[in-house]
Amino acid sequence: MKKFNKVVSTVMASALAMAMLAGCGDGAAQSAGSGSGSFKIGAIGPLTGAAAAYGNAVVNGAQIAVDEINAAGGINGYQIEYKGEDDELNAEKSVNAYNSLKDWGMQVLVGSTTSACSIAVSENTKADNMFQLTPSGSAEDCVKYDNVFRVCFSDPNQGIASAQYISDHNLATKVGIIYDNSDVYSSGIYQKFVEESAGKNYEVVSAEAYTQDNNTDFSVQLQKAKDAGADLVFLPIYYSDAALILTQANTMGYAPTFFGVDGMDGILTVENFDTSLAEGLMLLTPFAADATDDLTVNFVKKYKEKYGETPNQFAADAYDAVFIIKAAMEKANVTPDMSVSDICDAVKGAMVQIEASGLTSAKMTWAASGEPNKEPKAVVIKGGVYVSAE
Amino acid sequence: MSFLTYLINGLSLGSIYAIIALGYTMVYGIAKMLNFAHGDFIMVGCYIIFSVSAAMSGNSVVGIIVAIILCTLLGVTTEFVAYRPLRGAASPLAVLITAIGVSYLLENIALLIYGADIKSFSSVISWEGLSFADGQLKIQGVTIITILVSVVILIALQLFINKTKQGQAMLAASEDKGAATLMGINVNRTIALTFAIGSALAAIAGALLCSAYPSLSPYTGAMPGIKAFVAAVLGGIGSIPGAMIGGLVLGIVEILSKTYISSQLSDAIVFGILVVVLLVKPTGILGKVIQEKV
Amino acid sequence: MNKTTKSNLITYGIVIGAYIIVEILMLTGNLSSHLKGLLVPMTYYAVIAVALNLCVGILGELSIGHCGFMCIGAFSSAFFSRATENAIPTVPRFILAFIIGIAFAALFGFLIGIPVLRLKGDYLAIVTLAFGEIIKNVINALYIGIDGKGFHFTMKSSMDLGMEPDGDIIVNGAMGITGTPHNSSFTVGIIVLLIALFIVQNLVNSRDGRAIMAIRDNYIAAESTGINVTSYKMMAFTISAAIAGAAGVLFSHNITTLTASSQYFGFNASIMILVYVVLGGIGNIRGSVIAACILYLLPELLRGFNTYRMLIYSIVLIVMMIVNWSPKVIEWRKKTFGRINLPWRRAKEVA
Repeated sequence: MKKFNKVVSTVMASALAMAMLAGCGDGAAQSAGSGSGSFKIGAIGPLTGAAAAYGNAVVNGAQIAVDEINAAGGINGYQIEYKGEDDELNAEKSVNAYNSLKDWGMQVLVGSTTSACSIAVSENTKADNMFQLTPSGSAEDCVKYDNVFRVCFSDPNQGIASAQYISDHNLATKVGIIYDNSDVYSSGIYQKFVEESAGKNYEVVSAEAYTQDNNTDFSVQLQKAKDAGADLVFLPIYYSDAALILTQANTMGYAPTFFGVDGMDGILTVENFDTSLAEGLMLLTPFAADATDDLTVNFVKKYKEKYGETPNQFAADAYDAVFIIKAAMEKANVTPDMSVSDICDAVKGAMVQIEASGLTSAKMTWAASGEPNKEPKAVVIKGGVYVSAE
Repeated sequence: MSFLTYLINGLSLGSIYAIIALGYTMVYGIAKMLNFAHGDFIMVGCYIIFSVSAAMSGNSVVGIIVAIILCTLLGVTTEFVAYRPLRGAASPLAVLITAIGVSYLLENIALLIYGADIKSFSSVISWEGLSFADGQLKIQGVTIITILVSVVILIALQLFINKTKQGQAMLAASEDKGAATLMGINVNRTIALTFAIGSALAAIAGALLCSAYPSLSPYTGAMPGIKAFVAAVLGGIGSIPGAMIGGLVLGIVEILSKTYISSQLSDAIVFGILVVVLLVKPTGILGKVIQEKV
Repeated sequence: MNKTTKSNLITYGIVIGAYIIVEILMLTGNLSSHLKGLLVPMTYYAVIAVALNLCVGILGELSIGHCGFMCIGAFSSAFFSRATENAIPTVPRFILAFIIGIAFAALFGFLIGIPVLRLKGDYLAIVTLAFGEIIKNVINALYIGIDGKGFHFTMKSSMDLGMEPDGDIIVNGAMGITGTPHNSSFTVGIIVLLIALFIVQNLVNSRDGRAIMAIRDNYIAAESTGINVTSYKMMAFTISAAIAGAAGVLFSHNITTLTASSQYFGFNASIMILVYVVLGGIGNIRGSVIAACILYLLPELLRGFNTYRMLIYSIVLIVMMIVNWSPKVIEWRKKTFGRINLPWRRAKEVA
């Protein structure tokens, strides 16, 4: 056995050395390969693992935007090269993905998809002074550096807007909350919502948590909201868990108004989901896959053709992100031969001047802090489609 | 009244854990290996039912039969390709790690075929269930059927193991592979049969899991699989009635701790109770105490 | 020089040699940023693999919750670093952070060891899993803030902290700790790895280590020769937890967001470490280090395969396990390669 271990260690050690050498080869190839006449944009998100649906949406949504831009002649006349990398919803792997994209020659980053990963990567983009636009990193800290901007609303923003909306429209007197306390996004919105609810015309009567390790049975959370007499249940969570909550509420015969945030978008397109369960569900979302404007119709059609799924809000944010980058790059008049840092400084300056329109809003502007300025749209589901709640 | 409601909710969750734990403990008790891929067999079963039902315009009976057959094949193949070569390896951990590899493999194949987005599973049980006290108390159809199916499986397995020759061979193989071989038992075939039964049970458990919690993704089976493993240990490893009791206890404890203590800390409380139970009864609720011989 | 000393020196030599090669590559600009980023994670996974090997290989108890100790080391040290960021200069602060992270992990290792080590086999394994999950779940519900009045602490929500407006929430439940200073470097990681190796290898070859291995091989025989089974088991388990805590300190000071989520500290992460240990050889400390590095590198080097990356990784894992552990393959390998007379192999046989 001892001898055998020795053989294994030797083999492994040499494999390690080989791997290192292979890695060095990559490095050498990269320095020779730069200087081509195209922009290199990278994207990062969880492509495998439990959150793979979100990462794939981002990477695919951005791909469609890149294809459209390239077909129409590129940015400032230069084509875009594009690559998406997997981070498995792991901040450490997200940094690895970033480094790997950097070796590939990335000049601008669309990512990361999730908040914790985005914050970790922003530390590196800051050090490299690379322009980063996160489509869906919604935690407050995601944009704490001046080189990072975002497309989506921030978590606190959504919590405040939801509380405001419920109060302004007298939607409820008693509110129950179900949130995911193992998730940055969900607990972020939840905290702000509860803070904001103080002194409003409703009362938070129950706030129950669940975790990603424990997201199949919601009977207790629903029963508690029901027993407390909640006539509205606020769900600051993603649609995949919400689909189960709606089903279980229906089975137990509990029918309050359900109120979601942007993560709820996608619930109507869950394959085989009985959309009548979502009847009356309200959500604040920037995107609706069944909107009838040309841009959305065109995007949804292309996405379905290419990936066989209906795009959700993540895909839309990523699609917009690429077009926002295009607008800012055109405004700043950058060219691919500029250094990453020069591109960043130029685009950063242009971001606060541009006014973009896209899938998630007809009019978006940015503050230097990186926060977008756009209006959340409240929609209500009626007859299986989104209808404006106004 | 509300306590009863919660208790029934706990029973529904526990019945699902119980039926998964039955398959887990079957393989675990006989082959003496922790098949971490068991939860993923469940997921495969669910996807097969989903696809077949969609192709047969909603006929789930055919789907379940196809799933049972394919899962059995999958179980036997996996055993043959990945686990059998490691029988008799220097450490029992080797096959455990291979099982983890198989688990990743199945998850990633499902991810490539079906994509990452969740799919909504149509319940294979259309019965609404029973209601008492003017509809104040409701027991779902799927809960009753799951418990009935678990009991049927429990009795069938007990009869099979204790009354048939094959079952006796399984018991013998689980106690001492070498001695069993000397008695003329084909240990490899016996263990393959164990995997076949265990995987068929996974398909049935999958149908019921996804009927009760109709959300299907490549990672659907992973967490219930672990919980069922915990249930099997709680009940006493290798004990088939123990798996059933462990599952029900785990479900009820989980729901009641969420209700009366804290929903934030429910995982910690459930695992805390597991620790306490094992400290009081170090071999689980129904586990046998094995005297160590010197 | 006896055989074990030689073998130990070879292990240090491999680590130091790898360090020197990497440093040269870095200085000459031959290392891609991707690989540079992987260096620190490789060191802390190697450290925790050594820790787990002490528990699984030397002590002989299967732990599938070891990342819980890493989690404690990571959170306690990151909390300290964040709280004293402006009060203490970097170097002494980072050293203190190590001491605190290791001390907390060792303390929890000791406390958890008391109930855990009363159990046996799979029951013991499941209880380590339970503790790993409990640690993760509790930290996810933990809120600690600091303001003019001192520390505030709650298990409910950040609102219940009752902070002054100028206060700083350090541990914010599921959002964890953000903004931990980035102090870990490859050099620090290698030093920690060398220290961990030094401790474990010396322990193995000491009187205590032989007692621990005697317990592993036959605890009844060990007990009857007068070895205090419980205290030796506790010692090995606590040291193992402490080293895992050191890995946690490296971890938390390498990325700026620290959350107690399943990706890093859950049961799957602990299993991943176990994979390193088993593939490197149970009880083979050097093997753990090498296996941790290779298996951490592998999915990263497979990035070129895009969507097939994790699929290929899982197949490679299964194949490697069968090639390394299957009795038939080992026999075949002996038959095929046994005839070739390698000089070092002959020398070994003579010895």
